Amino acid sequence: MKDQSLQKRYNQRALKDRLARYFVASGGISVIVAILLIFFYLLYVVVPMFGSAEIHESTTYSAPAEGKTLHLGLEEQGTIGVRFTDKGHAIFFDTATASIILDEDFDLPAPISSVAANLDLVVLGLTDGSVMAIRYKFDLSYPDDIRTLTPRLEYPLGKDLLTLDESGEALTNIAIQLSDDIVGIAATTSDNRLVFTRYLREQSFISEDITIELESRSEQAFEHEISSIVLTPGLDHLYAAIAGGKLEDFSLDDEGFENNRTEYHFEHEITRLKLLLGGSSLMVGMANGEVQQWMSVRKDGGRELTYIRNFHKNSEAVTSIATEQQRKGFAVADTQGDITIYYSTSQRTLASINTADTLVDQMAWSARAQNLIVSDSNNQIRLYEVHNEYPEVSWDVLWGKIWYEGYDEPDYIWQSSASTNEFEPKYSLMPLSFGTIKAAFYAMLFAVPIAILGAMFTAQFMAPRMRQTVKPSIEIMEALPTVILGFLAGLWLAPYVETHLAGIFTLLLVLPVGFILCAWLWGFMPNKSIFEGWEAALLIPVVMLLIWISMSLSAPIESIFFEGDLRTYMSNEWGLNYDQRNALVVGLIMGFAVIPTIFSIAEDALFSVPQHLVRGSLALGATRWQTMTSVVLPAASPGIFSAVMMGFGRAVGETMIVLMATGNTPLMDMSIFQGMRTLAANLAVEVPEAEVFSTHYRVLFLAALILFLFTFVFNTLAEIIRQRLRQRYSGL
Amino acid sequence: MIQQPGISKKATAWFKSGTPWIWMNAGAIAIALVAVFGLLLLILFRGMSHFWPANVEAFYYENDSNSLTVIAEIVESEIVPAESLHGIANTGGDAEGNIERYLVKTGNRDILGSDFRWLYDIDLVKREQPEEIMVLERIEWGNFYGYLNSVYEGDTLVASGAEAWQEFSERLRRTIDIRERILHLEQVEIGAINYKLERLRLREKRLQLDDELSDEAAGELAEKREELKLEYDALLKETRVLYQDINRDSIRATVMDGSEVTVPLEKIVKAWQPNKMSIPNKLGFYAYTLWSFVSEDPREANTEGGIFPAIFGTVLMVILMAILVTPFGVIAAVYLREYARQGVLIRIIRIAVNNLAGVPSIVYGVFGLGFFVYFLGGNIDALFYPEAQPAPTFGTPGLMWSSLTLALLTLPVVIVATEEGLSRIPRSLREGSLGLGATKVETLWRVVLPMASPAIMTGLILAVARAAGEVAPLMLVGVVKLAPSLPLDGNFPFLHLDRKFMHLGFHIYDVGFQSPNVEAARPLVYATSFLLVVVIVTLNLTAINLRNRLREKYRALDN
Repeated sequence: MKDQSLQKRYNQRALKDRLARYFVASGGISVIVAILLIFFYLLYVVVPMFGSAEIHESTTYSAPAEGKTLHLGLEEQGTIGVRFTDKGHAIFFDTATASIILDEDFDLPAPISSVAANLDLVVLGLTDGSVMAIRYKFDLSYPDDIRTLTPRLEYPLGKDLLTLDESGEALTNIAIQLSDDIVGIAATTSDNRLVFTRYLREQSFISEDITIELESRSEQAFEHEISSIVLTPGLDHLYAAIAGGKLEDFSLDDEGFENNRTEYHFEHEITRLKLLLGGSSLMVGMANGEVQQWMSVRKDGGRELTYIRNFHKNSEAVTSIATEQQRKGFAVADTQGDITIYYSTSQRTLASINTADTLVDQMAWSARAQNLIVSDSNNQIRLYEVHNEYPEVSWDVLWGKIWYEGYDEPDYIWQSSASTNEFEPKYSLMPLSFGTIKAAFYAMLFAVPIAILGAMFTAQFMAPRMRQTVKPSIEIMEALPTVILGFLAGLWLAPYVETHLAGIFTLLLVLPVGFILCAWLWGFMPNKSIFEGWEAALLIPVVMLLIWISMSLSAPIESIFFEGDLRTYMSNEWGLNYDQRNALVVGLIMGFAVIPTIFSIAEDALFSVPQHLVRGSLALGATRWQTMTSVVLPAASPGIFSAVMMGFGRAVGETMIVLMATGNTPLMDMSIFQGMRTLAANLAVEVPEAEVFSTHYRVLFLAALILFLFTFVFNTLAEIIRQRLRQRYSGL
Repeated sequence: MIQQPGISKKATAWFKSGTPWIWMNAGAIAIALVAVFGLLLLILFRGMSHFWPANVEAFYYENDSNSLTVIAEIVESEIVPAESLHGIANTGGDAEGNIERYLVKTGNRDILGSDFRWLYDIDLVKREQPEEIMVLERIEWGNFYGYLNSVYEGDTLVASGAEAWQEFSERLRRTIDIRERILHLEQVEIGAINYKLERLRLREKRLQLDDELSDEAAGELAEKREELKLEYDALLKETRVLYQDINRDSIRATVMDGSEVTVPLEKIVKAWQPNKMSIPNKLGFYAYTLWSFVSEDPREANTEGGIFPAIFGTVLMVILMAILVTPFGVIAAVYLREYARQGVLIRIIRIAVNNLAGVPSIVYGVFGLGFFVYFLGGNIDALFYPEAQPAPTFGTPGLMWSSLTLALLTLPVVIVATEEGLSRIPRSLREGSLGLGATKVETLWRVVLPMASPAIMTGLILAVARAAGEVAPLMLVGVVKLAPSLPLDGNFPFLHLDRKFMHLGFHIYDVGFQSPNVEAARPLVYATSFLLVVVIVTLNLTAINLRNRLREKYRALDN
């Protein structure tokens, strides 16, 4: 009976023991997994950015209604398409079922000979030299809570035709740019003339009637055929591709082009010209299947069209280039029906597909570049679905020099957002990494000597009683919130350093000299052995005195040697610009923040060098200093190295100090008097406002991942070195 | 100059002996110590002097053409070379040598345009500290400096001259009482009603979403709403009466340019006559201002008033974090030290955990925002709070995610400290317990963990100290510059984990760098910094002490 209850209790205890084991094991493992999750989650956010795009054909049918397709358009979501036919119709159709929604006849007096479009603005050039502009719109309404789009046409130049070429020749190419009050139309005629006209447009408020008035007209005749023309949005350039691989760049003003032109030669025939979003980049499609990107770049006072980069897939001639409406991407089609999606800035080839197997002549993107509609020479319409969310990022974009629109040369630039839609985000991590290293470097420059020399004294020379208070008081500074240090750096030290710059540099010189002088003077003191180990305490008032002297000498030094103001002197004589919140301030305060880290680990390493080694060396007649340099330091050097690495790791990841003590400008300038922007500070500034799962967001997560890996690897190395050291000592 | 070879040789020998280099080392540690204590003293001095009711001086300037009186508190004074001052008004322009200049706080921002100005020691006829100078701390526009003339109730004169101060003090007390009552009504009682109304709205929407909104339920909701509405109206009426009451009194005072201005009592927070106060009086006043600094809400875009919500937010967040981090940290440490088979894998994990303490805190913030807020919070919202959509409940930065992120951040600290404590417990104790027949978990629970508890405490204190000072990750996962309500209040469910909160560290960043009037707010930032430093240094000292005592204890056991 008693045995039984004892047995029962024993079993219960064993069960409890086992349960506890499972509980602790599962708990422990899940905590470790949770920690690992950080790494994997960061990776999970970053990885999709580097995947390529996907394109599928979702449907195909022969073009609804008759006639040949001259131009294609897509509504924002890709549900309704529009085709402009050679019969002078605009046909709106459901892209999924090909059923016709609206068929509008323009009742044109002559056949259409050319078409061009600028987003939803389509311009038709006729064989009699006249022009019509049409804009297609989709009205959104919710009858019975169902999203319904109703297509509609507008005539921004009025319903009447506008005569462009007075001699009545057929217009073979056409281009248009339209703003509220100015219209620019360029066209080529069948007798190889290039015509540019500029109109003033006025819309009456009451009747909405439109009056168009000619402002200027210029013409230029060519010997050869003109294959393609484009007009920039600001009406300042007209580009024309001439047979024989020539590109003409006409500079425009109110008066037209007045022969103000530059000619460029290409190896191959130019088949298509197209402007990227924003109009700063000219895409040149060629007969050999190559697409080149050219930009107008400032050079020797003027501006010159410059080759930037190219895209090339095969040797088939480019038949159509469709540019995205909200990004700098584009699709290229050729005579064989190959469609390839590129992104200009990152120079990436994102996806490619061929389902037509015949010449593709028209393409159009939906506004968010999720659908691509295509028509081919067999009058088939194809709708493609495109998943292409992160084309802007590539290895080169992140780490290389990229030639961005509006810049004179390739450069490393971080500029993640701007006010306009046409802006291309610039995601170079180089300036940020550079800033991170720069800040850490200046911090280490200040922290390493003080921390290590201090650790040497504390570990080997300091009186034990003093060490007991000194070590914890320095270590406690490690816990000092960096936001306080940052605040002091930004609002107290930065203005102070600015006015006492000469004093700061004097201090660098005065302190070591002062210490040596003290040592020499101390040699004359009687009874000095009482104070052995307390030298540091004796030097505290000396340090304070020297700081006070240097700071009060600051103004006199500046007025004697530097014409009263060191900052202006530096900027005038040496070309050094001074930023109030600069690397010097960051170095001082962040150095202060990492001193405890380095000091603590280095001191541990130095202190744990076995005492019999030290005593042996002293007994053999070496001085205290000789023992230090030739016995203690070599023995502890791995520990000191790991201390420095730990300190560096901390400086790299420090956020608040840099955020508050620098101007956060992402420049690449090693000058100690300039600010910087670090990876960590950049995260603190930009992550809260980045759109979730956008490219910007993912790039920021990449920055976090880099910081994570960098510090993790650094600390691991330091830790391994430390453990090795510990083992070595235990052997001694 | 010809040096005697003897001296040169001596110098070389002296350098060779290494004495100067040892002194250089000593110098390095002296610099570090000066920096550490200098910084602490700087914060202490600047932070604490803010609350002292400094004397106010009247400066009388006069030259041939005009005269000027300035009433102000001296903030700092310095000697500057006269030539650098040419072209600055009121310097006379012909001064030579060095002159003294003062940065003074003149207050009266509404009249003068700014709080501070420079004064120079030129044409200064007289400086004195008139006893009657009065300083007012106002709800808007910062401090007011001037002479009290008379007290009015509406348009009737109540007191003037010598009795004015007495009358004013009594009436100010009444005004403050009314103000507190209004504040209570508006924030607590009306706030509670608004909160209940919002909950009713959400419940109705939830019922609609679930298709369970019967007429009966709708009627019930409407009835409740009606009830609340009545309560609301009653409270509103009461506040209206109080607002009339509080506007009753005003004072008239002369400012430094001689003009008389009217100040309604409703706008005054505190009033004092520093030049009349004795030292004990001042000390009392100092304690009082210090107390109101830590117990009151901020005003004027955080640049004035107190920091109570920030203290409250910091403490609450840290407590939640401690509740989260302790069990997990201890379990992980016990697993690593007591249960897991010691091998290469565990060693790697141990190093990894150790190194996570060195991963930049901002990385934890980024992770917290991505994983906790957007992923977990977004899913929680979709599952449990569909009625609040599209407004996020947990899918936005808030208190819970902040505590969780910081718990993750401080987990390595607790694990490492606990492991260290566990490893210091002598084998003999464990073996003794096991030998007496206790199971492993019994040994752990009765012997090992109690003995390791100081180590666990150490870890926890260090974790709390680190969490209290951490700002960067919180900027991403839940801190705001001004939270409309505290995360803990009288409304069910009392603790609002989804709310955003204020934090001392972020307060420092925000007021110091984002506020419109940095100059005037600076002393406040120093005071806040000082408070934070005191909290953190105390926590750390406690931890260090605890650790030392623990070591002593086990050293005794070992022998």
